[in-house]
Amino acid sequence: MATRVKKPVFLERASYRQRRLQDMARILPVLAAILFVLPLIWKLTGNDGRGTSAVVIYLFAIWSGLIAIAAILSRKLKLDPENGSGKEEG
Amino acid sequence: MVSFNLLIAVSLAYVAFLFIIAFVAERQAERGKGKWLRSSVVYTLSLSIYCTAWTFYGAVGYAARSGLEFITIYLGPTIVMIGWWWVLRKLVRIGRSQRITSIADLISSRFGKSTELGVIVTLIAVVAATPYIALQLQSVTLSTAVFANSSGQNWGAPELASAAFWVAVGLTLFTVIFGTRNLDANERHNGIVMAIAVEAVVKLFALVAVGVFVVWGVAGGIGPTLDLIDASKIAEWSPPGGRWFGLIFLSGAAFLCLPRMFQVLVVENDDESRLSTASWAFPLYLMVMSLFVVPIAVVGLDLLPDGSNPDLFVLTVPLAEGRSGLAILSFLGGFSSATSMVIVATIALSTMVSNHIVVPIWLSSRAGGAMMSGDVRYAVLTARRLSIGGVLLLGYIYYRLSGGGEALAAIGLISFTGVVQILPSMIGGLYWRGATRWGAAAGLITGFAIWAWTLFLPSFGADEVIPQIVLDQGPFGWAWLRPQALFGFAGLDPVIHAVLWSMLLNSAAFVIGSVLTFPLPLERLQGAQFVDVFEHSTGTRSWTHGGAEAEDLLVMAQRILGSTEAQDIFQREAGRQGKEGYLPDVTPQFVEDLERELAGSVGAATAHAMVGQLVQGASVSVEDLIAVADETAQIMEYSARLEAKSAEQERTARQLQEANEKLTALSIQKDAFLGQISHELRTPMTSIRSFSDILREGGATEEMQARHAGIIHDEAVRLTRLLDDLLDLNVLENGQGTLSRQEGHLRDVIDRAIAASVVGEGAIKIQRKRTEEAISLDTDLDRLTQVFINLIANAQKYCTAADPVLRIVVRKAGGRIAVDFIDNGDGIAKEHQEMIFEKFSRLSDHRKAGGAGLGLAICREIMIRLGGSISYLPGQGGAAFRVILP
Repeated sequence: MATRVKKPVFLERASYRQRRLQDMARILPVLAAILFVLPLIWKLTGNDGRGTSAVVIYLFAIWSGLIAIAAILSRKLKLDPENGSGKEEG
Repeated sequence: MVSFNLLIAVSLAYVAFLFIIAFVAERQAERGKGKWLRSSVVYTLSLSIYCTAWTFYGAVGYAARSGLEFITIYLGPTIVMIGWWWVLRKLVRIGRSQRITSIADLISSRFGKSTELGVIVTLIAVVAATPYIALQLQSVTLSTAVFANSSGQNWGAPELASAAFWVAVGLTLFTVIFGTRNLDANERHNGIVMAIAVEAVVKLFALVAVGVFVVWGVAGGIGPTLDLIDASKIAEWSPPGGRWFGLIFLSGAAFLCLPRMFQVLVVENDDESRLSTASWAFPLYLMVMSLFVVPIAVVGLDLLPDGSNPDLFVLTVPLAEGRSGLAILSFLGGFSSATSMVIVATIALSTMVSNHIVVPIWLSSRAGGAMMSGDVRYAVLTARRLSIGGVLLLGYIYYRLSGGGEALAAIGLISFTGVVQILPSMIGGLYWRGATRWGAAAGLITGFAIWAWTLFLPSFGADEVIPQIVLDQGPFGWAWLRPQALFGFAGLDPVIHAVLWSMLLNSAAFVIGSVLTFPLPLERLQGAQFVDVFEHSTGTRSWTHGGAEAEDLLVMAQRILGSTEAQDIFQREAGRQGKEGYLPDVTPQFVEDLERELAGSVGAATAHAMVGQLVQGASVSVEDLIAVADETAQIMEYSARLEAKSAEQERTARQLQEANEKLTALSIQKDAFLGQISHELRTPMTSIRSFSDILREGGATEEMQARHAGIIHDEAVRLTRLLDDLLDLNVLENGQGTLSRQEGHLRDVIDRAIAASVVGEGAIKIQRKRTEEAISLDTDLDRLTQVFINLIANAQKYCTAADPVLRIVVRKAGGRIAVDFIDNGDGIAKEHQEMIFEKFSRLSDHRKAGGAGLGLAICREIMIRLGGSISYLPGQGGAAFRVILP
């Protein structure tokens, strides 16, 4: 509670790392959305060489990559509810 | 070819297996052994109800019709899941801290526990889910028909309809048995979750098995499969951009808003760390589910004759290749997908219908409101069971009316679009404190109306509900209102058109409505608690002072939570305040907590209304909020430190105060008692002396002598009894004397106590359940009998009812055996409840009572010596004592 009034401006290494991981967790879905919509641009550029099979490979590769990153993040991110107030503003 | 009977036998065996799994899981959880039931794996698997029969059969059909577009339905939820830090984490935290029971409850609770919003969201959810449930029934019957036809039977409409009917009946049964065991919607449905997790594995395994067979068994490896894709009619990558983008958005939003997804994601979640694991594990599940969809589709297109239904490729491809075992596995996969979705969807919807529609109507139809008689639990559970049947019946009716449309995907998207209308209010409510209930209602109604006009009603087909001429030219010739070209936006895909306009106008109405109106105090309070859930889980109280009697609250809580659980809560709170017994002080915090407990069973709006009837006019006001906010800003830093101290002090003060009250009362009573005991000793003494004087003087007749001697004897006996009691108490209090432990049965002890105390005419009537009393004891049985005799004798003496009845109830409370003695008299007033176990206390001056007020004091001492306890149990409609056995 008291920490909310005076929030530290600079953090220790461990908390700093946590904040950046949270940033990562927030950016990941945005990245996913962009990558998933990207194939639409291939069509716009009129690249006929890529058919459905190429898009299938592309999508599943991206999908696996995202899952892997999410898995790593979920292991490293701490869900500590006690310090919930402190970590909201990253 | 597979014999049709074999298929039916396998399906029935599978269903029986699911029943057993669910039953075993319930049993394990009851015995507290079910830790593994709550693992992250089970949580992730339970999310798989997102993959319904629409995925299992429909995705392949979808891919065969429009290529890769099917994959958008799984990309949306993937984005939502890996973005769990944004929305889901907050949703789950709020769901747990506010004890949310459904998505309707979430919206209602956020906007000032509004009953009306609960009703609107419930209606939207039911209307949107009905086609989807119909779709599941249809997929099961269609897949059964495939086998029936392949084994030579010819299935027509009547057989399909009756199959659908029996599937619906079976699902109702399963859901009622395992879905309505507990009233508390926040408690996990262990049996159902387990059955669903098993079904999730079965459907994944089945689809992967078919996929592996198709790729390596039919097409001949990965390379040839890719060639086959490029050679098929879906080779060209030409998605309509709007649909690709729109469907990803739609599926992601629906993932959050679907009542069944909300049920498994939020309501059944008991630990936030599950979410962290599911954030990558569930996308993985989705990816594996969709991995083989395109290969199955192209092989199906290649292998099967033109015109065969691509929605059934998952079944027909193995059948065409003569793999009947694989086909049966695949059938079970489809069956699992359909049934698990229907089960969870009906539980979620029935909770919403019962909490937001049936119970409010039921409550308002009874005069007396929260204090009405009757068991609320039973009414709510019945409402929930009937709603389950009702929801499935609606699905069945829709199935019959729609005649079983061909393309599964179309129905799914219509349903998604309907339910997504909740999104603006939900997201707005989570992140914007300025959102008001008027805004939410305006947005929801606008969105729902546009969805119905542009997508749902036209989906029945031209001239079915909306005439062709209206579709072409708009109602009354207003072209700008054409259902599929609002404001002249012709040429858009109907689904995207509906999503676009409904979302835009819904959000606009929501924002404008919120900005123009002013929220109620309770709304602002809830808004702050929702939006800032990570900042302060407990903030301002919605009750400024507790104007209710603890006993009234207990009576109400018992009707909703059940007596054991309600008494537990009250006892715990009383203990926290440093008080004994079951009646804590009614602090605002306690009322708040109690309301939240009740909300977990009947929803926030109903719980608030019921508590509100008891705590009259004490709800929070704008001034309170502002005052509290100012204070908060000023004393934020102090409060944390002070709070801990002051709570401690408050507790001590309360204890002191209580002790003081007791002492004062005791000293008064002790004085009174000394007077009384001298009086009680003197009266017999006086008569003994005077009658013995008469005897000594002689001259009395034989008859007179005998009478006088009798009086002397009686008075001496009375004296002895009084002295015995005093002595007994003294021995017990000083811990002298030995206990003689024996083994025996509770039933015999009660039998003996009744035989010893219930005698003569006009004796009290005893009600008991002898079967409950078959409990073996190892304690001093004579002493225990003495306690029981005392309690029964007290009930006889003091029960004021015309037909006195004493109920003896044996129950388990907190792992120990409790015996309750409950009579139907007036009970004991609250101010006296503290005193009755003290020595020398007697509530009335009834001479007829005869004793000196030592009976209950002796009982208490005996129970303490035996290692048990005795206490007064308030709120039972009469005097009630609870003896907790050692």
